[in-house]
Amino acid sequence: MRQFIAFVKKEFYHILRDRRTLLFMFGLPVVQILLFGFALSNEIKNAGIAILDHSKDDATQLLIDRMDASRYFTIVRNLHSDTEIEDVFRKGQAKMVIVFPPNFQDELLHTNAAQVQLVADATDTNTAITISNYASAIIRDYQDELLDNRQLPYAIKIETRMLYNPQLKSAFNFVPGVMAMVLMLLSALLTSVAIVREKEMGTMEILLVSPMKPLLVVLTKAIPYLFFSFINVIIILLLSVFVLGMPINGSLILLLLECLLFILTSLSLGLLISSATNSQQVAMFISLVGLMMPTIIFSGFMFPIENMPIPLQIISNVIPAKWFYIIVKSVMIKGLGIGAIWKETLILVGMTVFLMGISVARFKVRLE
Amino acid sequence: MRTLTFLLQKEFRQIFRDPAILRIIFIMPIIQLILLPFAADYEVKNINLSVIDHDHSSYSQRLISKMTASGYFRLTDYSDSYPKAMQAVERDRADIVVTIPAHFERDLVKDNQAKIMLEANAINGVKAGLGTGYAAQIIGDFNREVRENWIVMPTFNEMPMIEVVTANWYNPGIDYHLFIVPGILVVLVTMVGSFLAAMNIVKEKEMGTIEQINVTPMKKYQFLLGKLIPFWVLGLISLAIGLVVAFVIFGILPVGSYLTIFGFAMVYLLAVLGIGLLVSTFADTQQQATLISFFFMMIFILLSGLYTPVESMPTWAQYIAWANPVSHFVTVIRAIVIKGSGFVDILPQLFTVLGFAVFFNALAIWNYRKTA
Repeated sequence: MRQFIAFVKKEFYHILRDRRTLLFMFGLPVVQILLFGFALSNEIKNAGIAILDHSKDDATQLLIDRMDASRYFTIVRNLHSDTEIEDVFRKGQAKMVIVFPPNFQDELLHTNAAQVQLVADATDTNTAITISNYASAIIRDYQDELLDNRQLPYAIKIETRMLYNPQLKSAFNFVPGVMAMVLMLLSALLTSVAIVREKEMGTMEILLVSPMKPLLVVLTKAIPYLFFSFINVIIILLLSVFVLGMPINGSLILLLLECLLFILTSLSLGLLISSATNSQQVAMFISLVGLMMPTIIFSGFMFPIENMPIPLQIISNVIPAKWFYIIVKSVMIKGLGIGAIWKETLILVGMTVFLMGISVARFKVRLE
Repeated sequence: MRTLTFLLQKEFRQIFRDPAILRIIFIMPIIQLILLPFAADYEVKNINLSVIDHDHSSYSQRLISKMTASGYFRLTDYSDSYPKAMQAVERDRADIVVTIPAHFERDLVKDNQAKIMLEANAINGVKAGLGTGYAAQIIGDFNREVRENWIVMPTFNEMPMIEVVTANWYNPGIDYHLFIVPGILVVLVTMVGSFLAAMNIVKEKEMGTIEQINVTPMKKYQFLLGKLIPFWVLGLISLAIGLVVAFVIFGILPVGSYLTIFGFAMVYLLAVLGIGLLVSTFADTQQQATLISFFFMMIFILLSGLYTPVESMPTWAQYIAWANPVSHFVTVIRAIVIKGSGFVDILPQLFTVLGFAVFFNALAIWNYRKTA
């Protein structure tokens, strides 16, 4: 046991003395959470729009002022002819041009029918649709005021409620994904590289001839990363609750246990990689391309899995991060208990046991 | 000049003799370009719909079939009670719950007013927002049909009505691939440029061969140019491969000219390679170089406007996005491919990126020490 502790201590020194890697280890989660929490959102704010007002009357001016006053739009340019629309889009100055035909107010007041054209730059498809929706809503509000609250016959009123995330913050979607990504990166990549480095430097030989059991040597390498990954979980959770204002609706203990389970899964992947390779380059490449990319693509936090072609959907089932993502979402945001996620938990346990088994079986006591 | 020629000869030989690098340059772009756009489909469709129909009338049936026929929604759950529908949401079987209250048809016809409840699982805010938007649109259409069934619309409006006509320029079919493929192409070129350049010099450091270079009378800028030019060429080649893949697999032909794309890419790659070289002057080991480049690349890509629009970011992030060459290239390549922008339209971005290129390369030359 004393030997074991000494070995673990050695590993801690290894990590704590490599400043740059240490910075990466703790800087990455913090930066990611802040980026995803604050910078990345699909919410439309102050989208640049241009106005082509052929009418220039009170009604159009009122509508234009309303558009500019709303937090969705900023008017960046006033156009004077149709040909300028093309120019505005090609220079990327505006995302939408609102075109008022001549005599807008006259037609509205006298014939009761007027037309507004919303020309959107559909280069960014989702943004284009959302912007058109918002602009239509503003125009509809104005029209309702004109109606003077006169009730249209046969009206269906729609009541909309947003569950779990009424402010539609993007952090709710991203934080569980970032957790999966960071844990996978730290536990799998750093562990595998740390072990392979000893092989590359030739120090593995020294460790293997020590009286320690060879398997324990490798396990002692994994323990510090387990520890640091867990600290990262706590940092991420603290940041999400106190900085991003996210709730932890379910049981905190359950959440932490599930995180621990996922760290173990990632560690066993790291051990497997290290048993399969002899060079840091290859280990790093496998970790980044073979683990990071699938984690980002298939966990479902960046790209919706249900939109993927069927073969990709099937592949996504072998990615541990997918199950972890579901678990974190359920426990943290939906506030569900183990009853709702036992299946996902069992899958992760199964994967961990399986991966551990293979890496132990493949572990070589002798160097080639 | 002769020194540089020899150096270039050496670098190119080194690259072509390393099959791993060649594989990364040629195969990675193809796989990424084929796989990612299929995976990265942000189009909001396949929204799982759970319907609670307390009315069971012909109207409620018509509304439900109208929603499922729209192509946006899949009816995955048909519950008779609210708790059951909520369970479907919890299990991720339903994204939106539509509640049609009892007496919906009767209220609508007799009282002139009826209600429908939409509840969305808003953990994914975009999906919830667009999904309820689509649903509201369909219900609105249904509403109009009902109204037209009951009253003969006068040819002359009784009340002021504003007709809103929307047009989606450049991408009327709302094809998401057209949006995402050029962006992924940028990421690809960036990765090839910066990662490989950063790794290359650090490898010489790790192997100790940099000593041999340091003792030659070669100038610092010559050494860095010798490292820069080969990867500049490789970056352009991978861009060309990527454009071919974009055409063959996705049928994307730029509306603008290839010349403009390559013209911009030539300047852009200089900036990206400058960053790669700068990283390599800081790092001592390949592991550090990978971690540093990964770290910055991640920030650059996420803040580039590739996935989420730059205008939606807070002001501080927009400043970072401005100082980020990737975001300029993403904007430019989309403008050229989708909108057909010409050289004149992209001049502001071109000069900005040129500024970055000069800045980063100068910094790299300054920070590179020939002394150990």
